[in-house]
Amino acid sequence: MAFYTRMGDGKRVEMTREAIIDDIRAGMADAADMGGIPDLTEDDIAIITDIVACNDRMVGVAPGEEIVLTYDIGQLDFTGDNGNSGNGVDMGRLEAALLHERALGADTFELAHSDYSIKPVKPVISMEMQTMEEIQAEIVAPYFYGAMPNCGLYYAPDGPYGNPADLMREFKIDEAMAAAEAAADHVARDIEYVTTRLIQAGADGFNFDTTGSAGDADCVGTLNGVRMLREACPDAYINVGMAGESVMGIHGMIEFDGQIVAGLYPHQQVKLAQKAGASVFGAVCNTNTSKSLAWNLGRSVTFIKECVNQAEIPVHVDMGMGVGGIPMLETPPIDAVSRCNKAMVEVAHVDGV
Amino acid sequence: MDLPHFLTSGMGGIRTAGDLVARMEYDPKHKMHIKDAKAYVAKKLGVSVLDIADESVMRDLREELGIGVCTGVPGAPRGIAAKMNIEKLLDIEINSCKIFREKTQKN
Repeated sequence: MAFYTRMGDGKRVEMTREAIIDDIRAGMADAADMGGIPDLTEDDIAIITDIVACNDRMVGVAPGEEIVLTYDIGQLDFTGDNGNSGNGVDMGRLEAALLHERALGADTFELAHSDYSIKPVKPVISMEMQTMEEIQAEIVAPYFYGAMPNCGLYYAPDGPYGNPADLMREFKIDEAMAAAEAAADHVARDIEYVTTRLIQAGADGFNFDTTGSAGDADCVGTLNGVRMLREACPDAYINVGMAGESVMGIHGMIEFDGQIVAGLYPHQQVKLAQKAGASVFGAVCNTNTSKSLAWNLGRSVTFIKECVNQAEIPVHVDMGMGVGGIPMLETPPIDAVSRCNKAMVEVAHVDGV
Repeated sequence: MDLPHFLTSGMGGIRTAGDLVARMEYDPKHKMHIKDAKAYVAKKLGVSVLDIADESVMRDLREELGIGVCTGVPGAPRGIAAKMNIEKLLDIEINSCKIFREKTQKN
């Protein structure tokens, strides 16, 4: 008997139960090998197999096993263009927040700038503070401010520092490393400036989205910024969400707290997030579009389960388009989303999504 | 993306007690994992862990406790007022409430 399932690009395919099990094992082995982490148990593999090999349109967890949801991109999921998988529906940020809270079952939500990065928030910080104050007066659920640290905006041609990729092409390795270090310091200062003001405006906390998106210097700059925020605002809710399953080593040697961050996997990343002062860690595993949902899910659950096992703080796995086993396309099929979600709750035992 | 996640495993925010459980995970004095956070909230509400994600229990209980509901109820606490009641219920401090008190209780 064949079951309808998906490829990593979302395309529908049919697979036998045996083929699904083979792919779960292969994905698991890939994660275990790359991360130097344990395999899933035979029980885990059986649970994931049953989840994937189910012909129902949607699956769900048992009553009492629910988890909580954290969001990225804020109201841009309604108002943004397709670059953000947004619906292109213009509306106010207050309305978008309250719709998520009162109509879409959001356990938390966040305010966001349309460019969704730390740097462009600086010139409009007063407006963002006003909006935060207004929405906090009306909303009940925990309401964050969210942005990408996005160290890439600090490199030429957008920022004041030389672009490490360009400098490395010219074999100017020392200059490339120095530029990355300067950008990391700059983004940390900007994080402190933006986040502390938003906490003063009543934000429950800050969501650092896609930490390390511009590589290891981005990761270090963000963690230093998180530490500054924690020292200035000891009661702030802080979510540190990662950009990828492994930190890209563009600098290669840059450290946080004596630890080189390049090449760290989720179970290692979470320890640095804890040290910096995060309340919750957003763990990531990237999707391979050429492999099946079963392969990607086996791989993702292996990485995230070990991260949860080693974490002292709650872990909210990132489950957007192209992460957490979910196919990489703008409109991920709901059958795939619900299967990945259920597997993360029941096998990886995440605290949230 | 919001809806399939909510329908698969989400607690439901203020439809149930998802916002309260999230606060116990995020509050830096607690940083509770999901099971501990749910047990804590259930105990404070005086109901079971199963009940805190059940709309049929939580809808009326939230209105009774004045901690915010997902339907429009004139006169029912929402926003800062509801969050002040949540502070007392969960024995936590919420930033927006702290700032509101600082602004309104100056001597």
